[in-house]
Amino acid sequence: MKKYDVIVVGAGHNGLANAAFLAKAGLDVLCVEKNDYIGGAAVSRELYKDWKYSNCSYVCSLLRPEIYRNLELHKHGLQVTPYGGSLQFMENGDYFGSYHDPEAAHREMARHSLHDADAYSRYSTDTMRQCRLIRDFLLRTAPDPTSFKPRDIKELILLGNKFLELGEDRLYETIRFWTMSVAEYLDEYFETDVIKTALSGSGIIGTALGIHSPGTAYVLLHHYMGDVDGNVGTWGFARGGMGAVSNSLAGAFQSYGGEIRSEAGVDQIIVKNNRTKGVALESGEEIYAPVVVSAMDVKRTFLNCMDKNDLPGNFYKRVKNFKIRGSSGKLNIALDGMPTFPALSENSEFIGKADMHFIDSMERMERAYDDWKDGTWSKDPYIDCTIPSATDPTMVPPGKHFMSCFVQYCPAQIEGRAWTNEEREAFGKSVIDQISNYSPDFKDLILHVEIRTPQDIEDQIGITEGNIFHGELTMDQLLFNRPVPGFAQYRAPVKGLYMCGSSTHPGGGVMAAPGANAAREILLDLKLKNTVPENFGDD
Amino acid sequence: MTNQYDAIVIGAGHNGMICSALLAKTGKKVLVLEANDQVGGAAITRKFADDFSVSACAHLLFQLQPDVIKDLGIEPDYSKKSMETIVLTEDGNHIRYQGKNISGVNEEDKKNYIEFHNRMIRFSDLLKTYLNKRPPRLGTKNTKDLMTLAKLGFDIRRMGKTEMREFLRLIGMNIYDELDERFVNPYLKGALSTDAVLGTHLGPRSPNTILTYLYRLAGLHGDVSSIQGGMGGLMNQIRSIAEGSGVEIKTNSKVNEISVSNGAVTGVQTEGGEKYLSSTVVSNADPKQTMMNLVGPKHLEIRFTHRIDNIRMRGNASKLHFALNALPKIPGFEDLDYQQRILIAPSEHYVEKAFNHAKYGESSVRPVLEITFPSTTDSSLAPEGKHVMSIVAQYAPYHLKGGWSNESKQQFSDAVKSVLKSHMVNIDQCIISEELLTPADIEQEFNITGGHWHHGEFTLDQFMFVRPVAGSSQYEMPINGLFLCGAGSHPGGGISGACGRNAAQVILQRD
Repeated sequence: MKKYDVIVVGAGHNGLANAAFLAKAGLDVLCVEKNDYIGGAAVSRELYKDWKYSNCSYVCSLLRPEIYRNLELHKHGLQVTPYGGSLQFMENGDYFGSYHDPEAAHREMARHSLHDADAYSRYSTDTMRQCRLIRDFLLRTAPDPTSFKPRDIKELILLGNKFLELGEDRLYETIRFWTMSVAEYLDEYFETDVIKTALSGSGIIGTALGIHSPGTAYVLLHHYMGDVDGNVGTWGFARGGMGAVSNSLAGAFQSYGGEIRSEAGVDQIIVKNNRTKGVALESGEEIYAPVVVSAMDVKRTFLNCMDKNDLPGNFYKRVKNFKIRGSSGKLNIALDGMPTFPALSENSEFIGKADMHFIDSMERMERAYDDWKDGTWSKDPYIDCTIPSATDPTMVPPGKHFMSCFVQYCPAQIEGRAWTNEEREAFGKSVIDQISNYSPDFKDLILHVEIRTPQDIEDQIGITEGNIFHGELTMDQLLFNRPVPGFAQYRAPVKGLYMCGSSTHPGGGVMAAPGANAAREILLDLKLKNTVPENFGDD
Repeated sequence: MTNQYDAIVIGAGHNGMICSALLAKTGKKVLVLEANDQVGGAAITRKFADDFSVSACAHLLFQLQPDVIKDLGIEPDYSKKSMETIVLTEDGNHIRYQGKNISGVNEEDKKNYIEFHNRMIRFSDLLKTYLNKRPPRLGTKNTKDLMTLAKLGFDIRRMGKTEMREFLRLIGMNIYDELDERFVNPYLKGALSTDAVLGTHLGPRSPNTILTYLYRLAGLHGDVSSIQGGMGGLMNQIRSIAEGSGVEIKTNSKVNEISVSNGAVTGVQTEGGEKYLSSTVVSNADPKQTMMNLVGPKHLEIRFTHRIDNIRMRGNASKLHFALNALPKIPGFEDLDYQQRILIAPSEHYVEKAFNHAKYGESSVRPVLEITFPSTTDSSLAPEGKHVMSIVAQYAPYHLKGGWSNESKQQFSDAVKSVLKSHMVNIDQCIISEELLTPADIEQEFNITGGHWHHGEFTLDQFMFVRPVAGSSQYEMPINGLFLCGAGSHPGGGISGACGRNAAQVILQRD
């Protein structure tokens, strides 16, 4: 039986990135995947005849450009196209649009409020400054503040200096930014409800927090720090769907000699004498390697695939209490044609090109969260709606369209019990109804709808509660606290076992940074030459 | 010149008096000007109905800093020391806790409570050190600031790996998750949530509420007491201490202007037109009131005024006072139980739901209540056989949609009474008279902008280095000779005295 140097569990984008860097360093790497397709939550699948759906993650921006370049993903078919702005439909029949073109953006904002249009330039300068600060942390391992190891101390000093470079005033701004709620942060700049609403969405996407919860301003950052072709804060579609990201990573991995096995779900990570030996598949087959890397979230890794007795009690408890909360659901819709939106002019550049939202007040945003706290889905949800096929016609038959609706909030369970089919339908209906309020012909164009609750996502992809970040982005779960204080450097408390999923620093989104960072640590332990890029060259 | 002073303090709240006493002790000639006819600010005792008196705003003492007590030689005259907290349950098997003692919960919760309490005490002790000194500035080369920061880092490290990790994890977290992780009993979770959110615009699920909980414990470890003669009793004592040190206190002297010339203070002017001169003016008023009204934006830089404008200070806690002809019946209660601190907060969800309303400018339909019957231990407050019930009720937001009117006040006080009724069936028959102070009323009566306990929301973005605003956390305002000494400055509100003491130290060090 063949023995590998490394087994990576899970062929999501982080698992594949990790595997690719390790293979590039000359290791013999096997990546195992439970599903019959690769990509984890970065996939494109045909769920309706001739329609290709990015049915989980749907837009691309966070993927680290260092990784893109280092693994030469363009050679493996990855191409990201930026999309055109965003749109907020209003109950009074008006709308608020955000354009990429700063001139147009300013004009549109001024149409709603001259004050806010002026404030916006201040706002974008301030948030961009925070982005530039955090981007330097993404491809680095978080130092352990309790450690006296020279490496940790050196890294702490380095980070400390990064902060000090900001100067006193900006340092205070940073503290405030990292701890405030997105609503209060926006209040300091803007006066118009719909503008604040439009900007606040990025503060809550993927989290079980409301816009008024302290700490959500940081989440905002998490959605601003990416880029497309060097345009920081821009989002785009991967041509061919999000599966193209995973496929290109897989291509890179295979070009370095890596091997992928799908339909190979891991049942157990084998541990003997506090050392990992390999994995036992659900089929009963065992595969051996001295190094095992899990790209699964930490709960799934340690609670499902390991024996409790192999883990220190405290670690086990922390993992158990690690917060991975299902807060968002999805609707994937096949459309017979492009829906019309009476609020927009017929030739509006927004149609199909912008991400659309159908909620126009801060109060409605927060009330959507109250429903989640009550253990049910938002009756008036926040929907991030895109029509990727308008930008990328390769995914659907000519003239047809694919609509992706990211819906917040949607709990993993209804009042503590499993979803029923009726409830799933009702959840879907609340989304379709909200959109229909702004597009009368939308309902008639629907050919097929896939409704996904967090539970559905967990069942299919394996992410606990279907949380897009593999764990809440709250301060107690960031940086050196992620996933567990003392274990934030990708090493599990069992020798030879590593974590490389989004539960680790710097967190979720299709970023591939956790996978890359973990690879760097593994290579360090194996005393091999580092293949992972560390610094941001062109910022 | 008789109206020339070494320092003038605006406002005879506890912080103002404490600051003035510490300044006068070094031989300075200090004047305190108070707008109201009695000293104490929001910690006074006053009549609210014929023959009935009550601590009109703050009603329990749990934060007065040991350092302050020591420096001033305060000897509080307790009417009830170390009160138990009783969390009311429907069936009369109430939960009780005081310090690390707890009863009414199962063994598992008891064990976890002690562990939780001990850890929180340890963390609050660390916090305490830094509440009682000037916060360091960040990113400067000032040796003193660097030393304080280095010591803070060292102190956190010294707790040991495990505790340090826990500290760094918990400090920004919400209390809800921590309680959920540890406890089963909903009443206990409701009560501890309440301890964390009283006086703030936060719910148990809001990140940051571990910090507010630690703040409550820092100093006296959360030991709650009431004072003979109400809070005003303590204030009178502090007044005598201040006057004993040579402080001159003038009541009914509302300052309406801080005079500024060439970027430095020259004195103050009262509504009555009197002028007092000093090159040092210390304001116990909140930062907005001080900077925007008393100094005025014309003397300030734009960005600074912008920051002051943005301080969040909208109160949510209202105060209710009831004159009673008898104590209401509470199932499972014995006579002595009425002397304790009583909470109605049946679960963490209940508290969170009560908070939901506040987010939208509504008052809670089922409010969270902290109840005391001060007359059971202090006969000076009510006629023989009759009683006073004093309640802090949350949430009643300062910015109520449509504003506070008689109607909306009635609606909130009915909501409070309906919650009371579920535990005190005969409460309606007991009430002779009642008074409700909404945050808007508190603003009016006690001159606190927004009627907020802390003179500014107590959250990490308005804490320590950035309190009251970024760049001005060291009590000195950007006008020469002007200082803050109230709850809006570091560390924050509550009858703690830390702000006044820290400010005095800064002023003395400068001289």
